[in-house]
Amino acid sequence: MKKNIYLDNNATTKVDPMAVEAMMPLFTKQFGNPSSIHSFGDQVGAKLKVARRQVADLLGALHDSEVIFTSCATESTTTAIYSALKVNPGKKEIITTTVEHPATLDTCEQLEREGYIIHRLKVNKKGQLDLKEYAGLLSENTALVTVMWANNETGTLFPIEDMALMASEKSVLFHTDAVQVVGKIPLDIQDTEIDMLSFSGHKLHAPKGIGGLYVRRGVRYRPLLRGGHQERGRRAGTENSPAIVAFGAAAEQAELHLETMSGKVKALRDKLEQGILSQVSHTFVTGDPDNRVANTANIAFEYVEGEAILMLLNQFGIAASSGSACTSGSLEPSHVMQAMQIPFTAAHGTIRFSLSRYTTEKDVDYVISVVPEIIDKLRGFSPYWKDGKPLDIEAFEPAA
Amino acid sequence: MWNYSETVKDHFFNPRNAKALEDANAVGDVGSISCGDALRLTLKVNDETEMIEDAGFQTFGCGSAIASSSALTELIIGKTVTEAALLTNQEIVDYLGGLPAEKMHCSVMGQEALEAAIANYRGIELVDDDHEEGKLICRCFAVDEGKISRAVEKHGLTTIEDVINYTKAGGACTSCHEKIEMVIDEVIANKVTESVATPTEPAAVKPISSLPPTSPLTQKVLEILGNLRPYLQADGGDVSLVKASEHLIVVSLSGACTGCMMTDMTLGWLQEQFSEALGFAIPVINHVPEAQPAA
Repeated sequence: MKKNIYLDNNATTKVDPMAVEAMMPLFTKQFGNPSSIHSFGDQVGAKLKVARRQVADLLGALHDSEVIFTSCATESTTTAIYSALKVNPGKKEIITTTVEHPATLDTCEQLEREGYIIHRLKVNKKGQLDLKEYAGLLSENTALVTVMWANNETGTLFPIEDMALMASEKSVLFHTDAVQVVGKIPLDIQDTEIDMLSFSGHKLHAPKGIGGLYVRRGVRYRPLLRGGHQERGRRAGTENSPAIVAFGAAAEQAELHLETMSGKVKALRDKLEQGILSQVSHTFVTGDPDNRVANTANIAFEYVEGEAILMLLNQFGIAASSGSACTSGSLEPSHVMQAMQIPFTAAHGTIRFSLSRYTTEKDVDYVISVVPEIIDKLRGFSPYWKDGKPLDIEAFEPAA
Repeated sequence: MWNYSETVKDHFFNPRNAKALEDANAVGDVGSISCGDALRLTLKVNDETEMIEDAGFQTFGCGSAIASSSALTELIIGKTVTEAALLTNQEIVDYLGGLPAEKMHCSVMGQEALEAAIANYRGIELVDDDHEEGKLICRCFAVDEGKISRAVEKHGLTTIEDVINYTKAGGACTSCHEKIEMVIDEVIANKVTESVATPTEPAAVKPISSLPPTSPLTQKVLEILGNLRPYLQADGGDVSLVKASEHLIVVSLSGACTGCMMTDMTLGWLQEQFSEALGFAIPVINHVPEAQPAA
């Protein structure tokens, strides 16, 4: 029987059955608009209040009102960036990195066209930032620092708490895209100097279409969406109440399972990685292996191409993803792999396995058992591979 | 995931002739690992009959690159070298039951590997595609002007997207898109010039300035264009007539009408309008003439 092994949890996750259960009544009986004065509205309003507390708890936020519900993390990030620019009309510089999610990259690129100066911090081969470079860029002209907490492709963590502290000493606003860390590592945001933090529901077993933006109390803020008093006037639009309630339930479950992440999930991830690396030659882990979220393994397979690997994995019922060009329809490897200067022999062959608390040891064992034959098969008809070894690649490549 | 045809999937999962022929007497290499795909084609050709008796491929690349290579070998085994030389990339695409537009270059890679192998068999030194023909246009994939203009001409490409799909040029950082458009324009303009030189169409596409003012067709075209211009001007663009014949109208778009997406849309619209107003279907192309010295 074909397996059904889902190892693409950095893309999206299965909705927690308790979240599904929590949201169902809001489609059937409790369908009121929380802004309405009658009891249809009231009972929904009460549920949203609980959900907001559940999400605030997961973040470690002091006040419930610091959580703004949005439609997705892309909206949250966009809101945070534009808000910072509006409250700092005289400041024209933004500091970010080369490896951000497109929500940040593309927005910054657009702002650059409009005349803003965008400083993009580079990463080294392990995907780490140089904080000296960062310190040198912070100035009174900086409107905002926006840096992801963990990279979606490699799971590598950036020292966000230190970076937020450095920004606050220069009175610079600090936003982090925390999509890949919320629900994966314990957070105590109230004890940090982070001003704004974007996160998403569907990465932590809540449904799609719901995201959040944390805005620390006292941080100056301008809404992106106007036209209603919802979210205390900071994000207009009728609340997606079923999704918010599900988000609350999922957040509560995520918090309860934080130790599962750092325990079981991490152990399975490490087993998967070691199982593959020990059996398949010419492979390596990308990013910073000692400093990353517990669920992510990004493995580069030299001399094979990622889409071909994914198609064969899919034949075995295994879902993963790739930074390869061909899977995305672009022709270049992902910007993250390029930023880390992954060798050209592997840049097209990176595979991301991202686990969740639903991943079982049986799943991992199965993946470990099939990956070697998949890579063998593809290397078997690669022009760069012969008799179990790579050929002298220089013979093929034109001198650079 | 891509919407690959069943045949593509079959040739990916069960590739035919995925091997290096030990006794090959023709080898064709194209692509490179840093570009994301590469293909080595080996052929066993019977020297007396010139029949391709066996073919093997080794491919580094995505699902459709492997499937295209597999299809290529199936298509050429049993053909003579001369017959095989006529193979087009479209035949590979058709054999596979279609390829996604973004993956067309996989079939082109197959066809190019065959060309290279046949040249190798014939002992011909192929002009290396290593950007030695004219300027290097796309730095990301090292595609030169010669390769792009040949692809534009051969496959009748008209847009940046077409060029990306067939040659990869422009598919990465996008900074060369303007240069690619210039190559496309140049090829199309050359075609127009060629048709001017064709004796079967005398005077049909002379420059407008030298057309007799009484030419009813030109007057009609100018009149129609006069009615259409306000629409383009309202959007910040403009159009002027370069040449007109019964077979072709050449216009010069400017302002907001240009740019890779807008050019196509505007030309499509003009073509509709002209065809309707003239009562017969007529192609409309864009060509910005180089500045002429004052007469």
